[in-house]
Amino acid sequence: MAEEVKTPAPPAQPVAPAKPAAAATSASPVPVPWISPMVEKYKSQYGSALEALTYLGQNYLSVDRSLIPDILRLLRDGEQFDYCVDVTAVHYPKREKQFDVIWILYSFSRNERMRVKTQIADGASIPSCVSIWATANWLEREVYDMFGIQFEGHPDLKRILLPDGWKGHPLRKDYDILQQDKEWVQINLGIESGQ
Amino acid sequence: MLNFVMSYLGSTVTPGQAGNQFWALIYVLIIFAGVSVAVVAMNWIERKALAHFQIRLGPMRVGPHGLLQPIADALKLMLKEDIIPAEADQFVFWVAPLIGLLAAFAVYTVIPFGPSQAVSDMNIGILFMLGVSSLGALGIVVAGWASNSHYPLIGALRSTAQMVSYEVAMGLAVVSAVLMTSLNSTGTGTLSMIGIVQAQQQQGIWFIFKFFPLGLLAFVIFAIAMIAETNRAPFDMAEAESELTAGYHTEYSGLRWSLFMLAEYAAMIAVSSIAVTLWLGGWMRPFPNLLQAPAWQFTFSLFPGLTFLGLAAIAGFGTARMPAHSFFRIQRIGLGVFASLLGSIALLLLLIAVAGRSADTSIAARFSEGIDYVYWFVLKVAIFMYLFIWYRATWPRYRFDQLMRVGWKVLLPISLGVLIATAIVGVIIS
Amino acid sequence: MNAPTNDGTQDVSKRWLSEKPYLDSNELIINMGPQHPATHGVLRVILKLDGERVLGTECVIGYLHRGVEKIAENRTYAMFNPYVDRMDYVAAVSNGLGYCEAVEKLLNVEAPPRAKYIRVILTELNRIASHQLWLGTHALDIGAMTPLFYTFRDREEILKIFERYCGARLTTHAFRIGGCQYETYAGFEKDVKKFLTFVAPKIDEYEALLTTNRIWMERTKNVGVISAADAIALGVTGPVLRASGVKWDLRKAQPYAAYSDFDFEIPVGTKGDTYDRYLVRMAEMRQSLGIIEQAVNVIPEGPIMAKVPKVIKPPVGEIYHSIEAPKGELGYFIVSDGSTQPYRLRVRPPSFVNLQALDIMVRGLLVADVVAVIGTIDIVLGEVDR
Repeated sequence: MAEEVKTPAPPAQPVAPAKPAAAATSASPVPVPWISPMVEKYKSQYGSALEALTYLGQNYLSVDRSLIPDILRLLRDGEQFDYCVDVTAVHYPKREKQFDVIWILYSFSRNERMRVKTQIADGASIPSCVSIWATANWLEREVYDMFGIQFEGHPDLKRILLPDGWKGHPLRKDYDILQQDKEWVQINLGIESGQ
Repeated sequence: MLNFVMSYLGSTVTPGQAGNQFWALIYVLIIFAGVSVAVVAMNWIERKALAHFQIRLGPMRVGPHGLLQPIADALKLMLKEDIIPAEADQFVFWVAPLIGLLAAFAVYTVIPFGPSQAVSDMNIGILFMLGVSSLGALGIVVAGWASNSHYPLIGALRSTAQMVSYEVAMGLAVVSAVLMTSLNSTGTGTLSMIGIVQAQQQQGIWFIFKFFPLGLLAFVIFAIAMIAETNRAPFDMAEAESELTAGYHTEYSGLRWSLFMLAEYAAMIAVSSIAVTLWLGGWMRPFPNLLQAPAWQFTFSLFPGLTFLGLAAIAGFGTARMPAHSFFRIQRIGLGVFASLLGSIALLLLLIAVAGRSADTSIAARFSEGIDYVYWFVLKVAIFMYLFIWYRATWPRYRFDQLMRVGWKVLLPISLGVLIATAIVGVIIS
Repeated sequence: MNAPTNDGTQDVSKRWLSEKPYLDSNELIINMGPQHPATHGVLRVILKLDGERVLGTECVIGYLHRGVEKIAENRTYAMFNPYVDRMDYVAAVSNGLGYCEAVEKLLNVEAPPRAKYIRVILTELNRIASHQLWLGTHALDIGAMTPLFYTFRDREEILKIFERYCGARLTTHAFRIGGCQYETYAGFEKDVKKFLTFVAPKIDEYEALLTTNRIWMERTKNVGVISAADAIALGVTGPVLRASGVKWDLRKAQPYAAYSDFDFEIPVGTKGDTYDRYLVRMAEMRQSLGIIEQAVNVIPEGPIMAKVPKVIKPPVGEIYHSIEAPKGELGYFIVSDGSTQPYRLRVRPPSFVNLQALDIMVRGLLVADVVAVIGTIDIVLGEVDR
């Protein structure tokens, strides 16, 4: 864990090179390369489109959008990552590719958990992985509901938590905490504001 | 006047057979009042017993220990707004609870509380009872239809299908009991209710114990079928709140709904009476042939008075345990009055029993006899009522298709088997 | 469910009804509305029936959506701690445990051993309480009215312990980032031990009422079957997964808190029907009793809070941490940007994912079974909707 620093995937302020300290708590931990036979296999296959890192003991692959959904299918079929724990997204408005879409996967047989991350631009869509893991159905619907990311090939992509006619995607950073779809509230609840 | 009353008390036939319309009317009124009181008492007991099964107390405020709760409920229901859905069939909507009520109450014409204590002892008594109680199903389906809403309709059709299915098994169980009445010297049985109890008296055994285990099996089949007949747990899918279809009485409110509940409780008491008459010896006290000595007669005749004395003692105990706070003053007084009322009834009954011991033909003796008959009959029916409540508290409900399967595929074959076996054994014995 | 894409203007049931199913076939659309005694909260289930058989369901959720994840981005880490209790409000202690451990992981600190033991004891008590509530409501849905009162009465003892410990019965906010805030009160061990002897015969009582009851078995056997492969594909976790035969429990697979110190078993079912899920949860209650018994005797001495800075500012990075909540795998995915507030906090709710499986589990069943299956999945709408 105490190796040279690499630029972490999230676009924070560039971390200064940490001193190689024995205890991890002396300096803030940084993502380090994840080394494993599986990673070697994929790196040789995909080259620079795939980056494998480890942060605080949790492995993740940071891949190019073009690799989705092939890498996910490979992970399920070849590496027995048969359980899709979660599909979620993060919004970085200042970045060029604003959204991070993250799949958290787990393998029962290997008792191993990993994440797959990719970055997409605002308005772009991403292939759905409902055909790979059925659980992605509602998880992707929630990502669509909260962020507005379209999933191609999803059987029934509509809002899940918010009412059907709601405008706006709340978990985006440009949606204020006090903001609401006043029009929907007025029409459906008959009141000025839900606040 | 006194002679008139005495002459009546001395008769050994029911008013129906004697052609005495006046007394028949009196009997009908007494039965009507009695059943209404019984339904009110059932309501209270159900709520309290269910609550105690569920480790809570039940109604405690409306009257001491909730004793006035059923009256409050009845008043509330009478004063509620009478809602009739606009699209409902008005006349049919109005008449449906009446059909159910009529069917439930008409059955009481033949229920024997004693050897001559019945409105009329038809010689087709049991057939009459089965037939008229089936008419209750008509009231239900009419109620569901008249509501003009598909949830009550589905619920009503289910209730009706359930009642009809279990009537077959019920009927066959009844036939086995009737078969047993023919095991006498003349070889002829009887369908009359009083005749059936008298057959048990002659044969010296309650039919539940006859040809063990056949009598017991027939009784058990009837006991299960009668729960399904009255739509009680565990066969109450049609009126369960947590299911989608809320039952045939969804659209009814206020007094009309209370009529349905009245019909349901009355039907419960009616089918329990059939079970008691056919298998449990009707009005007979335990061991009438074995313990025949006058001393035993006297002991058993003290039971009504002692029962009321026990109830009075419980009420008195409750009064003593009431908190001595001014808030509880009225409740305390009320419960005390109730306890003394029960106590005075107990005293009266004991006096009659004691007085009836002396001379066999005095008024007191005849009163005592009549009271004894009614008492034992009502006690046995009360045990069944408690069982109804116990079942409701304990068991989950059957899904509707499982319920129908039990009725047709389990009860019907067993009751057929019991009937055939009873017939074979009866022929062999005689 | 191949419905046309939503243009955001029509309610689902209106769309189906406008297709006039009555004319085409024998299909019927029935709505188990948001207000329903048996849906355990505000859940709307639209059933598509063919006579009595269920062809498919659609769950409409979101009635209890409170925007917890958005709120998290506007609160500091410590301020957000009480919010997590309100998600699965029945098992609030578990929620708090997952969140505190996730933030602790992000900060790279570990709670001291004494805090870990206290956490384990309280979480297992909460697991028993959650399962008791589940049992009462599930039995009520199937028609047995009485176990509800028994389980709620017995649950009171657990809630009393919580109240004495942290002042709250249900939404406890029991743990803090770095350990526990409160020391165990005087008599805590005695109370817990008394509770253990109190509740063991009660669980036997529930079993005596239901397990061999013919009506219960008929209502729950072969109802709502889900195979292990389907369960894994649907991401179902918790007792639902274990009843389908997959022996997997996060407390054993990826131990957290002090679970690796204790000896307990993972009850597994065989068929994946409602009866198996019932048996698995009853067995889990007993296993929890065993864990508490082992833990309460040997709570180590020491501090209850680790050295955590007053202002919690985790370094930049992401973390995912999950625990075995009573309902399944409860996970927290936290993205930190170095400030005092999380940049993104995602809660992976077990009830939300398990509820997806409802559609598969009720195909071909009768309407009366839908209620039983909703009960057996054990959802809490606070967690489904957040």
